[in-house]
Amino acid sequence: MSRNFSNDREFDGDDDGPRHGGSGGGGGGDRDRRGGGGRGRMRRRKVCRFCLDKVDIIDFKDVKLLQNYIPERGKVLPRRISGSCAPHQRMLAEAIKRARNIALLPYAAD
Amino acid sequence: MAEKRVYEVVFIIDPDTAEEDAKRLVEVLQQIATDQGGNVVKNELMGRRPLAYRIGRKTEGVYVLFEIEGTGKEIAELERRMRVSDQVLRYLTVRVDEDRQRAEKLGAKRARRASKRPFAAGASAGQGGGARGAGREAAGRDEEE
Repeated sequence: MSRNFSNDREFDGDDDGPRHGGSGGGGGGDRDRRGGGGRGRMRRRKVCRFCLDKVDIIDFKDVKLLQNYIPERGKVLPRRISGSCAPHQRMLAEAIKRARNIALLPYAAD
Repeated sequence: MAEKRVYEVVFIIDPDTAEEDAKRLVEVLQQIATDQGGNVVKNELMGRRPLAYRIGRKTEGVYVLFEIEGTGKEIAELERRMRVSDQVLRYLTVRVDEDRQRAEKLGAKRARRASKRPFAAGASAGQGGGARGAGREAAGRDEEE
């Protein structure tokens, strides 16, 4: 949960100063810290690809790009897997739906 | 209706129509848009490509993209004609000016931040973050780059 939240912050909350998780080049800042000591597994925090690439418009004609976000079955890849931030996931979903409408992408695979 | 809107219209032409017929159809459609007061900014043939699913027994189609500037009236007429035409398998109109405007704003915001940033470490002492705030901001910047 906390991971998604921090992703949101990264997208639109940039201008209000202090941020967490940016503690220099060290390894610790990049990890997801959840639940204290329960299980010792550290997970790489997922970052929104679109934010990194500074994408503002997701074009429904860009089949190559969209294909990355529809697994075999043809559904929209959930953002807990892709790590997309909420605004970009919305754009992505909209683009995929448009692409389906004009047969660039399937509604359901086979 | 005074403001100018920008639309993207994509449509799929039946792959079995002769090439010159398809070409004529594209011209006719473009003419319709122009007659209604629209301005066809872009006319791009995306080419023949397989359909993701069958549409009326067809497995491929010729994709054409228009970008039209106008009021919306020409879109209505264009869509009506495409609906009637047997050669157009499917069409999709998307209004893009609003999204583009928003994207532009985001881009400008980003540019502004980028240009301001070099001073941030020095200036933020006065902006009520204190030395610690400045340090943290610098760290955040490192992460981004």
